[in-house]
Amino acid sequence: MQYIPNILFAILLVAGIGYFVKNVRKLTRNIKLGKDIDRTDNKSERWKNMAMIALGQSKMVRRPIAGFLHIIVYLGFIIINIEVLEIVIDGLTGEHRIFTKVLPDSVYGFLIGSFEILAVAVLVAVIVFWIRRNIIKLKRFLSSEMKGWPKSDGNIILYFEVVLMTLFLVMNASDLHFQHAGHGNVISQYIAPLFEGAPETAHIVERATWWIHITGILIFLNYLYYSKHLHILLAFPNTWYANLNPKGQFTNDPNVTKEVKLMMDPNADPFAAPAEGEDEGEPEKFGASDVMDLNWVQLMNSYTCTECGRCTSECPANLTGKKLSPRKIMMDTRDRLEEVGKNIDANKGKFVDDGKSLLNDYITTEELWACTSCNACVEACPVNIDPLSIIIEMRRYLVMEQSAAPMELNNMMSNIENNGAPWPYNQMDRLNWANED
Amino acid sequence: MKVPTMEQLMAEGKQPEILFWVGSAGSYDDRAKKITKAFVKILNKANVDFAVLGPEESCTGDVAKRAGNEFLFQMQAMMNIEVLNAYEVKRIVTCDPHSYNCLKNEYPSLGGNYEVVHHTQFIKELIDSGRIESVGDAYKGKRITFHDPCYLGRANKVYDAPREVLNILNANLVEMKRHKATALCCGAGGAQMFKEPEKGDKDINVLRTEDALKTNPEIIATGCPYCNTMMTDGIKSKEKEDSIIVQDIAELIANAQNL
Repeated sequence: MQYIPNILFAILLVAGIGYFVKNVRKLTRNIKLGKDIDRTDNKSERWKNMAMIALGQSKMVRRPIAGFLHIIVYLGFIIINIEVLEIVIDGLTGEHRIFTKVLPDSVYGFLIGSFEILAVAVLVAVIVFWIRRNIIKLKRFLSSEMKGWPKSDGNIILYFEVVLMTLFLVMNASDLHFQHAGHGNVISQYIAPLFEGAPETAHIVERATWWIHITGILIFLNYLYYSKHLHILLAFPNTWYANLNPKGQFTNDPNVTKEVKLMMDPNADPFAAPAEGEDEGEPEKFGASDVMDLNWVQLMNSYTCTECGRCTSECPANLTGKKLSPRKIMMDTRDRLEEVGKNIDANKGKFVDDGKSLLNDYITTEELWACTSCNACVEACPVNIDPLSIIIEMRRYLVMEQSAAPMELNNMMSNIENNGAPWPYNQMDRLNWANED
Repeated sequence: MKVPTMEQLMAEGKQPEILFWVGSAGSYDDRAKKITKAFVKILNKANVDFAVLGPEESCTGDVAKRAGNEFLFQMQAMMNIEVLNAYEVKRIVTCDPHSYNCLKNEYPSLGGNYEVVHHTQFIKELIDSGRIESVGDAYKGKRITFHDPCYLGRANKVYDAPREVLNILNANLVEMKRHKATALCCGAGGAQMFKEPEKGDKDINVLRTEDALKTNPEIIATGCPYCNTMMTDGIKSKEKEDSIIVQDIAELIANAQNL
């Protein structure tokens, strides 16, 4: 009978981690629906970017207040996990605070003491975050795409943190043995008097908070997949695989290059049948109208986005009241990808056309044509997400597959075709300026 | 105005030190032509051995690419690359950050490999090598604010060259709150120059002009013909055209040299 808690704990742990792994598999399958792209060059720079931007938070601190508060929560998250390791070992072995037996009192006290201080710091930071979202109402948290679930999601994460941190402190405070030893109870000693003279209550509270704490952590782990909060994991691969070329360099579509070379080759026979044995295949689609037309890094970008809105708050189109919001581009891409993933799950592993697409059903042409391609959103993203590349791929689809550019742009493009300039001037007049005053 | 073409130089068996890529705006747009001419005056004064393509130049295709027309872009690029490679061009300078970005970053994988510099970088070189010796005091102490072009700044991380060039004017350089990596676009990029903006509550160039006005400038310096147009229009909409001038860095340097 004495092993029942250990068995229960093992079941809880396996179920919690197992369900998480199942969702991670779904996540990777969805990301792999994207087209292939090679982003493995220049590995040393990639590692450096990951270390600086994801681990080192270098782009977060460009906004000092949010950046500083975020670092506290981030450090709290990483460091307090050492305590979770102890909880897991205790749970499986039936030990109590096993690290006290392995570590000298001073080291254990230092560790737990730091965790307690961090827990309080996290509580303060999270409360400030909540105030920023719900009382001060910062503009970037109020955009139209933040209504409904995205708003609740942001708050739920904060409530989770408050509950977990409080449980951790109360757990320590009600652990009379730990309080009497007096190593590391820097904060919890002030809560401990509540349990003085009531050892039985203390024991019940200690056990209850211990169980709720670890259960809460496992629930939070599984909440990630359904939330914007996946960035705590995906920020790392996302910064590693991010574009390293100059931001102004857009990809040259290789399918177009093939066609253009054929058109410009005087020896090419436009009516030639494909060579024997050569698979003619389905003609390649230009640009993107749905998530499967994007590359897998763009899809990973969409799952990484934590909807902070720094991109949108720097977007010149958005700042002047246009519908375009780079954050919405990422959220739409993710939501459509989730929809496609569910479609695949429901149809035994195959996507069945649902008559919908990322274009029009999620992202409108009005949004796409409002972009100035200025790269402010890409520059602003703390984890190197690239909304601009998605906008351009979708413009390519509109122009090359649907000839659906705004009329003025069609005029501009026919001018370039006819006389090599976006305006209707004769190419032979290109040097006239040299003879004018 | 002395403007040799590649064709003329080739007939004489000569290869210039650098090709000046004028670009469509610089060739046809009345305001941008002034920038082109100012830059040529600087080149001639510094005895730079340069040439232009003239009628053999065609649109880089940049604006078609930003609009999503990859076909038209690659057609333009390949035609231009044929011409540039036939003349064995090694080095290109241009006053247009859009041409600069396109030639520098997007032509190589299509077979066009050149060293490309923006005119502010080239003027900086001329100053550093002593080919531009000194400029007059025309702008001494004037409040100048520089508007970073997106395709020079964020797109290619060229933030210092234009500012270093402005420094030789002994002017009072003041920065807008949004500058360098966080500079606000003028509103012309991404093919917006050629279309009406989508519905909103303000034009982007007006917002950017407001950024500039907060620095209380006498001069707004630009490094891109499209930014120049947008900022000029912004100043007009604020009815400040009598007190604030919008000029390209090349124009400021040429004026300071009394050219």
